[in-house]
Amino acid sequence: MKPFTFERAATPEQAVVALARTPGARLIAGGTNLLDLMKLEITAPTHLIDVNHIGLDRIEDTGEGGLRIGALVRNTDCAAHPRVRRDYPVLCRAILAGASGQLRNKATTGGNLLQRTRCPYFYDGNLPCNKRDPGSGCSAREGYSRNHAVVGVSDSCICAFPSDMSVALRLLDAEVEVMRPDTSLRRIAISEFHLAPGESLPIREFALEPGELITAVILPPPPAGRQFYRKVRNRASYAFALVSVAAVVEEDGSGRIALGGIGTIPWRSDAGDAALPRGAAAVAEALFANAAPTEQNRYKLKLAERTIAAVLAAANSG
Amino acid sequence: MPSPQSQQPCEVEVTFTVNGAPRSLRLDTRTTLLDALREHLHLTGSKKGCDHGQCGACTVIVAGRRINSCLTLAVMHDGDAITTIEGLGTPEKLHPLQAAFVRHDGFQCGYCTPGQICSAKAMLDEIAAGIPSHVTTDLSGPLWPSAAELRERMSGNICRCAAYPNIIAAIAEVAADDAAQAA
Ligand SMILES: Cc1cc2nc3c(=O)[nH]c(=O)nc-3n(C[C@H](O)[C@H](O)[C@H](O)COP(=O)(O)OP(=O)(O)OC[C@H]3O[C@@H](n4cnc5c(N)ncnc54)[C@H](O)[C@@H]3O)c2cc1C
Ligand code: SF4
Ligand code: FES
Ligand code: FES
Repeated sequence: MKPFTFERAATPEQAVVALARTPGARLIAGGTNLLDLMKLEITAPTHLIDVNHIGLDRIEDTGEGGLRIGALVRNTDCAAHPRVRRDYPVLCRAILAGASGQLRNKATTGGNLLQRTRCPYFYDGNLPCNKRDPGSGCSAREGYSRNHAVVGVSDSCICAFPSDMSVALRLLDAEVEVMRPDTSLRRIAISEFHLAPGESLPIREFALEPGELITAVILPPPPAGRQFYRKVRNRASYAFALVSVAAVVEEDGSGRIALGGIGTIPWRSDAGDAALPRGAAAVAEALFANAAPTEQNRYKLKLAERTIAAVLAAANSG
Repeated sequence: MPSPQSQQPCEVEVTFTVNGAPRSLRLDTRTTLLDALREHLHLTGSKKGCDHGQCGACTVIVAGRRINSCLTLAVMHDGDAITTIEGLGTPEKLHPLQAAFVRHDGFQCGYCTPGQICSAKAMLDEIAAGIPSHVTTDLSGPLWPSAAELRERMSGNICRCAAYPNIIAAIAEVAADDAAQAA
């Protein structure tokens, strides 16, 4: 790890001011992703601003019947919150399907949204990776790509976005509230928050501007229908998704569907939602219209379709 | 502002409570909580397996919650109360989980064991607090420490010797004793 100076912010305002003032500074929340990357020197901030004591650790009802989840709410507490369990079970289930008990106790709402890829080449400083070293190339295209994305990919990068929580938030039409460096607030729709790689480098992953702090995730009132989160992975627990399906299905078979593990961002489309009443094959066809799998990850197309079928079967079983 | 190239190691004072005793250290900001415990306080019960949050050998309890001490900085815990395996029991007076691990042969090499036991202690508290898991069927219903629940909730603790059946048997026995006492 490279040396860095450290400060503990006491308020959100203090955190953004410190971030604007200090070149090379990064915010640290749970630290479960950032420290991993700092140990490998993939990221080397020269100053850390600890946001664990700035508040923003509560879940509150919004006037409109939704929920406001503070950026520093731990994943464990979000999943255990009575309203999340009752009204947004897809979010509860998605969080509980990720990482381990220990990690969820540290991981925060804001940090989870911003977690970086688990592509092995991103972690290996000896091999080309456009995400780590813009312009060096993408080792995964011709290399090991079994876990990589089949949609939202570009020539520059094909890595899958690893967050389970974000797939549920995409399904629920959440908004991300952000504090700008001048301490004013803005909101970003979750559909705009995660960015698929284009051809231009460096690759931009999030709609967050430099110097911005996530303050909360805002959920609209719970959608009508039953909610599901189904994750398929290499082992029964404590592994990233190969494929995951978040869905809300109404009595008449209509609803919404978002996929994880298969896209460079949480994957959802109007066409995918509209295809729901026509069954898994129709949904998969709609969601994978522009799929560009590699030989190694082509299996995800079929696996996703079958996982969608399993979710729809559960939805129809009353 | 120093440029990134010229950044020098930076030391800070950190004070926290470890197993009930206040401890003050002067540490490089880069020191993880695990290294502070092992290298500076010589509490070598907590183990370093992967150093990347993947194995659970470094599990300690901070403010009542289990965490991976390798993926957090000591400076982030200024003012916190930390419990390690050394604080759970002593050779003369074992914690019930420690005694159960011995009775059930819940280990072979023993490297993962301190992490398993710290994790199990806080995990049973999580069940008591009503925190659901991936295998909980009714998210709003009562929780029961079934074998399936224990296995899922302990999945963040890897055992290279694969002593899993005996680990689960040991934890299940303590969970059942706790339940009997509560009844
Ligand atoms: C072994 C292992 C297994 C895992 N398995 C899964 C899994 O199956 N599914 C899954 O979804 N995840 C998994 N994870 C990832 C885990 O969920 C993330 O590491 C965690 O959610 C990150 O949250 P954090 O608070 O620790 O973030 P940090 O590491 O503190 O921060 C991550 C990034 O977000 C920035 N940041 C943090 N908070 C804010 C804020 N409020 N505003 C602006 N920027 C901010 C930081 O600067 C940093 O760039 C796993 C992690 C590990 C180590
Ligand atoms: S897929 Fe993305 S992260 Fe992986 S090597 Fe290619 S550019 Fe890097
Ligand atoms: S050493 Fe911390 S999880 Fe492996
Ligand atoms: S007893 Fe050897 S690693 Fe678990």
